Parts: sequence; C-alpha cells; structure tokens
Amino acid sequence: MTQNFPLSEIASQIRRDIVRMVNMAGSGHPGGSLSSTDILTALFFSEMNHDPAGWSRDGKGRDMFFLSAGHLSPVMYSVLARSGYFPVSELASFRKLGSRLQGHPSVERGLPGIHMASGSLGQGLSVACGAALTKRLDGEDNFVFVLTGDGECQEGQIWEAAMFAAHHKLSNLIAMTDWNGQQIDGPNDQVMSLGDLKAKWIAFGWDVVVADGHDLEAIKAVIRSAKEAREDGKPKMLLMKTEMGRSVDFMEGTHHWHGKAPNKEQTEKALSQLKETIGDF
Amino acid sequence: MKEIFENTGNKDTRSGFGAGLHELGKTNSEVVALCADLTGSLKMDAFAAEFPERFIQCGIAEANMIGTAAGLAVSGKIPFAGSFAEFVTGRVYDQVRQTVAYSETNVKICASHAGITLGEDGATHQTMEDLGLMRMLPNLTVINPCDYNQTKAATIAIAEHHGPVYLRFGRPSVPNFTPADQKFEIGKAIRMTEGNDVTIFATGHLVWESIQAAKILEEDGISAEVINIHTIKPLDKTAVIESATKTGAVVTAEEHLIAGGMGELIAGLLANERPTPLEFVAVDDLFGQSGEPSELMKEYGLDASSIVTAAKRVISRKA
Repeated sequence: MTQNFPLSEIASQIRRDIVRMVNMAGSGHPGGSLSSTDILTALFFSEMNHDPAGWSRDGKGRDMFFLSAGHLSPVMYSVLARSGYFPVSELASFRKLGSRLQGHPSVERGLPGIHMASGSLGQGLSVACGAALTKRLDGEDNFVFVLTGDGECQEGQIWEAAMFAAHHKLSNLIAMTDWNGQQIDGPNDQVMSLGDLKAKWIAFGWDVVVADGHDLEAIKAVIRSAKEAREDGKPKMLLMKTEMGRSVDFMEGTHHWHGKAPNKEQTEKALSQLKETIGDF
Repeated sequence: MKEIFENTGNKDTRSGFGAGLHELGKTNSEVVALCADLTGSLKMDAFAAEFPERFIQCGIAEANMIGTAAGLAVSGKIPFAGSFAEFVTGRVYDQVRQTVAYSETNVKICASHAGITLGEDGATHQTMEDLGLMRMLPNLTVINPCDYNQTKAATIAIAEHHGPVYLRFGRPSVPNFTPADQKFEIGKAIRMTEGNDVTIFATGHLVWESIQAAKILEEDGISAEVINIHTIKPLDKTAVIESATKTGAVVTAEEHLIAGGMGELIAGLLANERPTPLEFVAVDDLFGQSGEPSELMKEYGLDASSIVTAAKRVISRKA
C-alpha cells in the first residue's frame, strides 16, 4: 500500500515517524535521520531489489543494505516498517526495554531488515565490502548498498575500506554519504575538516558523483547510473549533499539537533510542518 | 605414570592451523581466508596458492579485515581471518565486539604468535591479554590448542561450528604429542594424566610443560592430574569441578597474564562451586621482552619447573 504513494509523500510520513519516535523515546538522533530520509526513501521504495516479506539475514539473491551510521536508526526503522519488514506499530517501542528497535541497530532480537549491528562508527563500509565479495564469489548480480555519515569519514577504518574496495575492484558496491556538514560538536569544518571529499574518494580509486540528497529524482538517477557502471571495475561513492534536520525549520542546518529529542511543544511544531500521508503509527 | 604422550617431533602450532585451513579449502567451498600481510607467518600460503579466489589479502589494515570478514560471514561464507594475536584482539577490539560477537557472525578469528613465545620481536607483539579480552565478549567461543595436531583438528572443527570463534596458536616449534587422528570437541576438556594429589589445568603450550611437570612430581611421589583446557570458553565446568574435588589442590598454567586468563576463570568457578587451594602459573602484571621462546618461558616462570614448584606449594596449603 505504501508503495502506491508518491515518494515525496512517503518521505514526509517517514519524517513524521522520526520526530514522533524520538519524542516518545525521549532520546535519539533526529538531525541526521531527517537529512538522510530522502536518500533511503528513494533507495528502498524505488531502486533497491529487496523483498521485505521474504527477507533473510544472508541477503541471498537480493540487494543488501548496511547502515554504517547506526545512530540514524530512527529513519532506518521507519523505512523498514513502512516497507513492510515489521509492523509500523512497533515503531512506538523505539529505545524501550525489551524492544527489537534498539537505540542503535542490533541483530540480537532478530529485527527483519538489519543484517549487522552498527553504532560504533566507521565499520559498515568494511562489512559491505565483505558482502560484496560474497556476491561476486557466488556469481550473483545483486548490489550491496551502504550509508555512512560525513563525520563518520573521520574514522580511519573508512579509508582502510576505501583502499580495499578499490584494490579488489568491488564494482557491485554502492556507498552513499549523507553529507550534511554537521556532527555532534559542530560543523565538520570546525570539528575536523574533511577537505575535498570528492577528490579524496577519486584519489582512492572510486567512481564518485555529488548529488542533491533531497531531490528524489536526482537520487534515483545517480543510483541507476552507479548500477549501470558496474562493469568499470570500480566501487561507487554517491556523495549526497543534504541538510541536517531537513524539513523541520528549527532543526535545519544546525548540529544542535544531532542527538537531541524534541519536547512536546517542539514535536507539535515539527509535525505541523510535516504532512501526514500514509498515516501515523 | 604411564608414558602416554610422546613427542613425535617438534612443530609449530601455526603450521597446524595452516594445514587445517588447507584441508578445509578442499572440503568446504564456503570457507574463505583473509590475512593482513602476514600470509607466510600464519602459514596460509598453501590455501592462498590453491584457492586464490577464496583468499582475500587485506593489507596492513586489521580493522577493515575484521569488518570484511563479518560481511562475508553474514552473507553466507565461513571466513577465517588471521593475523598476529595482538592485532586481531587489542588492535580491533571494538570491531570484533560490534560486528563479530554482538552481531554473532560466523567469523573465525585466527590468532598466531600469541603469548610470550613469539620471542625476539618483544613486548609490542607479545600479547598476554588476548584470552581475557576475547573471553569477556558474549557469544564468542575461545580456543587455545596445545600442539600441531590439536591445532589442525581444532581448525577443522570450528568450520563446522556455526558462530564466532577465537582460535589462538603460536609461533615456536614445540613438541607435537597428541594423536594425529583426533576429533576435536569444542568445550570438552581432555584428561592427559590421571592423578590424585593435585590437578594441573593447562592450556596451549603449557600443556606439554604440565605433562613434564607431572613426570617430575611423580619422582617425588606426587600424583598429578593434567587436564588440557583447550576451550577456554565455554569452559568444561564439570571436568574442572570433578577433578578439583578429587585432588583438592589446583594449579592453573597458561601463557597469559593472570588478569583475565584461564586461571582466573577456573578460580572464579571453584570459588562459587568448590573452594579449593589454587596457584596460578601465569604472568603477573608484566609486559614481556625480547628473547628466545624457551628463555622467556623460564624467565617468566612458565616452564615445567615453575609448575612443579606451584604444585608443591598448593599441596602444602591443603586443609
């Protein structure tokens, strides 16, 4: 049913879910979840070959997605629930005792859609490399997707994986970075400059494109191009230019809402800016 | 005491790993191997040469190697990721914790050059903390075989076991004395000698030293039971409690710090279940240093004579 809605309306509902989940939990990470909403909406509701009903943790015969920036769990859980991996009502359990929706994604309680725990940053790209190797060894033509944060690229392991993926010619690996320019302590440029991120990835031997991470058609187009270029022997990096806290005016463009929950009043204000489309959980 | 275990010729345990891995390459097409620029040191060359498509060189980047292994495992492969023990534990603890142990992926962490017998390279490379680090992690099975044959058997056995495993072995040539055709049972301790006066629980290279100690003790009229704790976790609690109950005195022997080691694990178990006088043969809060393996074993009190001394001391403490 969700699939019948335009992507923009799905994205709007997911943003409502994010704000409501974080408010109900009293903690969580709304800023990056809102900035990466359009990327994951385009991926899960348009471009990815996946099967929510027949999901298996090993991802055989399907595309696989890894969330490296585990603190983006609110958007991940909403996207998964709205895709049909588990009941949307379960979103209300986010960060509560006994929930499958842990603060950062976990596989311990068997939440469908999550292949690997994440949260300690910088590890998901390596994991995605491993899955991409398996698909190649098995002769599968499916893709492995991974989403990292931009601040996360300060972790050295990201660059270990960058070198590895290029060396091993993992052209079935499509990485995306939610490039919102903000992290917990402030703008990337103040905390630890990333420099010319595009040039860095190119220098590491990747195919790199920069796209507007809030333009759903543009996101779809760059993902399709990345898939079509699989024969060139290079891993793909889609640098998605986004805005922290996107679509909630008082959260936009600032690091202050990286990991803070809105109170009741703030939540109402946020929700007044986000159209309810599919229906709240 | 019957001479049950005879040294059939010195061999390094890492070669047992390499032989086991090579055999797995032939028998199990899902087995893949990863290494971080230490293929020769880990004796993975035979696997790499015969199965190049299933051998994944990671370069000097252990964190990425562990993550890649986890990704291979979650998608259905059985990855054996190898490096020196320090570099697949301390260096990558958080990676092992998040993507191997917590995510319960079917990764086999293969740790060579463990302990002080790494020798001349010195303390930067001589981890004596790895067993403690690894056994603290839920879901992880921790194995430390004693010789070439047992390491080979353990390597083959862990491929059949679904779940994350830490397999520890070493660099030096040491006596090879367990049966070549043994079947390795994870979590099942092996009684090497039968005795009534003291139990020596030993792991890794210290199993042979403990058998030698038992021979010396026998000359002094002391009957020592040597038990090979090749699996640190899950610990064979029944075997530990039964033998400690029988002899009433315990020595633990391992190439590790006291802190976090097998001895502490056994001491904790016995304190709860069957309080028994106990002496640790292990390194007490020190880093190692350069030297020949046998010199270091002696210098740090990890040889047969140290075990004999500990056994006599613990017997004197019996109520």
